Amino acid sequence: MESINAKYVSQKISKTKWRPVSHSDLQLPEIFATGSWDNEDNRISIWSIGSNLSTGMEDGFEGDPQLLCEHKHDGDVLDLQFLDQDRIVTASSTGAVTIFRHHQNSQVLAFEFLLVDPEVLLVQTISVSQLWARAHRYPCDNAPCTGVVCSSPEIVTVGEDGRIVVFRADQEGVVRVIENADSSTIHAVTYLRTTEILTVNSIGQLKLWDFRQQSNSPSQILSLSGDRVPLHCVDRHPNQQHIVATGGQDGMLCVWDVRQGNTPFSLMEAHTAEMWEVHFHPTNPDHLFTCSEDGSLLHWETSSHSDMPSFLQGGRNSSMVSRSAMAPAGGKQPLISAWLSGDSSKGRLETTHMLPSQTLSVNSLDVLGPCLVCGTDGEAIFVNRQVPV
Amino acid sequence: MEEVDVEPTITNIPAISDGKHMGFAWGPGDILVYETRYKASGASGSGCSFIHEIRKDEDIYSPILRKLFNESHHIFVGLQTIREDLPSKSKKPQFVSISKNYRSVIRACMEELQQVAVSTKNTELATQCGNQVSILLAIELIWNLCEVLFIDAAPAGSLLLHLLDWVRLHKADVDEKAREVLQSESPAEHRDYWDVVVSYVLQGRLEEVRQMLVKQANLQPAARSMYKQMDTLLSKMPFYNPGGTQTLTEFDVKWRHWHEEVDRCLQDNSFASNRHLELICKILLGDEDTLLDHKELLGTWYHFLVTRLLFCHPTVKLTELHYYAQSCMTMFLDSRSVPEPLDNILLAAFEFDIHQVIKECSIALNNWWFVAHLTDLLDHCKLLQSHNLHFGSNLREFLLLEYASGLFTHHSLWQLAVDYFDHCPEFGRVYLELQIERVPLETERKALKVLRVCEQRQMSEQVRSICKIMAMRALRNNRLGSALSWSIRAKDAAFATLISERFLQDYCAKGTFSDLDLIDNLGPAMLLSDRLTFLGKYREFHKLYGEKRFREAAKLLLSLMTAKIAPQSFWMTLLTDALPLLEQKEVIFTADQTYELMFCLEELTSSLNITASSTDRPMQEEDVEVTKVELLRLALARNLAQAIVKEGTVEI
Repeated sequence: MESINAKYVSQKISKTKWRPVSHSDLQLPEIFATGSWDNEDNRISIWSIGSNLSTGMEDGFEGDPQLLCEHKHDGDVLDLQFLDQDRIVTASSTGAVTIFRHHQNSQVLAFEFLLVDPEVLLVQTISVSQLWARAHRYPCDNAPCTGVVCSSPEIVTVGEDGRIVVFRADQEGVVRVIENADSSTIHAVTYLRTTEILTVNSIGQLKLWDFRQQSNSPSQILSLSGDRVPLHCVDRHPNQQHIVATGGQDGMLCVWDVRQGNTPFSLMEAHTAEMWEVHFHPTNPDHLFTCSEDGSLLHWETSSHSDMPSFLQGGRNSSMVSRSAMAPAGGKQPLISAWLSGDSSKGRLETTHMLPSQTLSVNSLDVLGPCLVCGTDGEAIFVNRQVPV
Repeated sequence: MEEVDVEPTITNIPAISDGKHMGFAWGPGDILVYETRYKASGASGSGCSFIHEIRKDEDIYSPILRKLFNESHHIFVGLQTIREDLPSKSKKPQFVSISKNYRSVIRACMEELQQVAVSTKNTELATQCGNQVSILLAIELIWNLCEVLFIDAAPAGSLLLHLLDWVRLHKADVDEKAREVLQSESPAEHRDYWDVVVSYVLQGRLEEVRQMLVKQANLQPAARSMYKQMDTLLSKMPFYNPGGTQTLTEFDVKWRHWHEEVDRCLQDNSFASNRHLELICKILLGDEDTLLDHKELLGTWYHFLVTRLLFCHPTVKLTELHYYAQSCMTMFLDSRSVPEPLDNILLAAFEFDIHQVIKECSIALNNWWFVAHLTDLLDHCKLLQSHNLHFGSNLREFLLLEYASGLFTHHSLWQLAVDYFDHCPEFGRVYLELQIERVPLETERKALKVLRVCEQRQMSEQVRSICKIMAMRALRNNRLGSALSWSIRAKDAAFATLISERFLQDYCAKGTFSDLDLIDNLGPAMLLSDRLTFLGKYREFHKLYGEKRFREAAKLLLSLMTAKIAPQSFWMTLLTDALPLLEQKEVIFTADQTYELMFCLEELTSSLNITASSTDRPMQEEDVEVTKVELLRLALARNLAQAIVKEGTVEI
């Protein structure tokens, strides 16, 4: 708990996202973006937790997130993704999809009498670089855009109007629209593979869409049996792409294997209210994080079969791998994710609360390396820089 | 009607001219004012077409104060969870720490406002922040005193130490001045040197005084012995140590000895040659006239009070405070000057009149944040029990309701208000019910959050109403699937029926179903309304038919009519759907089933004939209907014949 750092920001935070770190150097994440909702004027803001960044602010101790720059955002920010290092895509409640560009110019100012080291003077600005107004709409009204996912330059958005829209960051028009992709609201979207996406909707269904096919119907529908509990979030296992986690209105965490069966592989009671986001840890997927309307943020950890990290297990010797490839389905596979190891996994699944008690909803979380950031309706941002993963 | 405590303040509305009549409407946190069409005789000119919104509380819109509201909400919720049944002894430290938390939030806010006020170039913003800082300063001052007197209620001895801390915290300008003096080249010759020394003495910070005096003594070797003597006096002054073994009586005896020693020094003119040291000596004796001579260093009457207590009555008890407070205030303030509201509030606190404190604060401050939270805390300390209002339930609840209602008018802070309403046992729920229905719902996400609030509190009426709003909106945007989902969530049978009708109409018009993903997965929700059940079952029939499971399909189709699940208006469609089944090579409907189908057809045509005679249907449409019935009759008869033959045949 000690390593958790809270900052009150005078706006309800709907989304938080770390800026991706470049793979070339093993940097720690330093910069994140937040979006607000339900304010008279909503904003998208860029923050830094870096200690060596002088922003002219002397208040706040080290590690306190410092506001670098912000920009007005029309409507609630319902989703937010980094397209690349300095472009951010947002989904708005007005149905608009916007790309913002974060400029970080280390300008050497012309004032020669300036006593400050010129390198320190990073000029941080943010501006709108592209806007698709009314990307989601009803015939005579705007429809909120509820989710966005991107793999540069492609951007996929979903909305309350049940449409899936595909954009390209370098093109003005729309690349593809799937009208009536869903009869109810689509709450979230994620990539399964480069050409396949997954959507979750408000009647408890998980739909798989293959963009290689021209048809406007999903290639697969998975659903919770019977009770139609709305699903609010979805995330894919970073290494094993057939494993998908979703969170629903009843706070239940579902793990699905999209290759097998149309019902979830396991259901775990997690929260007492809507689960707003679920994320596998990008580099250590035995760890998973969820946050919820009930004001809690959970860290899930499943221990692997042996003490060896899961990614090594399959490759102990090559003969084993080849045998498994020939083994009939249902046979014991050496490379099986801890998330799909059945009932016994429940005994090994550990959950810990990551926030001090608080009552208002945790709307969003993001985790990258040892750093976690989350934003709440209590108008606070929490940053934890020592997540035990 | 009762007398008003203060004259109401007048707000002029610039756009409304004199002599016009105004109308108004109350809102939860504001008033709407408009000019009426009433014209006084002789009045002329056109009316003003504006509606003015008048707010009492502007603070709620300050971005920095929002942090105060959010952070204190967290503390408030924590306070409510302290268990009632704990012994009061173990609760007291918790209450004190909660009070300190509240104060530290105020302090943090104050610092941020101060920073903005200093750094901004916008003068208007700077003054606004400056004003808010001074209000917060006063709030913190009052809260701190209430904490010392009511919540901590320290016994004699410790009480004075707390009061000293209180004064030191709020008279911090001494330290600033001292820093300035010490940083100068020759501190002892600085013109503010003696002011700082005396100020330290007045605050009882004798260690600092001694350090300062050393500098002066070094400059005056001749007077060294005199300085030495003063230093001894200062170092010997006893302070009560609440954690120690010393009893209060022992301390009192010791203190009296020291006091006599100081008095002796003054009597034998030990410091007569140095007016500054003599002055310090007089202050140490608590000489009232000397103290009053240094009003500008004391600043306030309550500083005077604490200094006087320090040097005259260090073992003062809570119950004696009001006597000294009253006299100090009269002595300190000139007979001409009128006490400010803050003076009255502090005096009321010293007099232990909690209700007066709250009342005066409510009048003087423009927001309910302070009084609501302070009253709540004092109520938890069981200090407010005797008092009941002749309106509402009790003082705590009344103030919390006012504060929370104010939050609810804010477009974003309404979520905080919910927890405050929860902790108002008598009227909280009613307030919440009325307010929550009026939250504008721009997105489904927000609707879900509002719904969650209602569902957690079993507010079924509001749940229904919110779902209905969302269902209506979806329907208006032609999103039948969404609309149906919302009405299923609200268990709104009537609306589900309406939407099912729309689905069936769409089917009749287009020949295909829309929103199959929803209809195919209705599950038990199908039972919500008859029409929805029919919709689900009818779709099931199509699915069976599509899968070529004809026998099951036929059975289902028939049961839809015989069990009266299908509305009669839809029977013709169902019978037409039976046509291809009747025409199959294989016999699908048994003889009994065929009879039943025929019976249905007859029932339908007889009722149609009655209606047909009364209305003027175009000939062409009637022709189509007649042909359809003819076709059906033929098909049914042929099927019956085949069925009888088949059922009568014995296979050998």
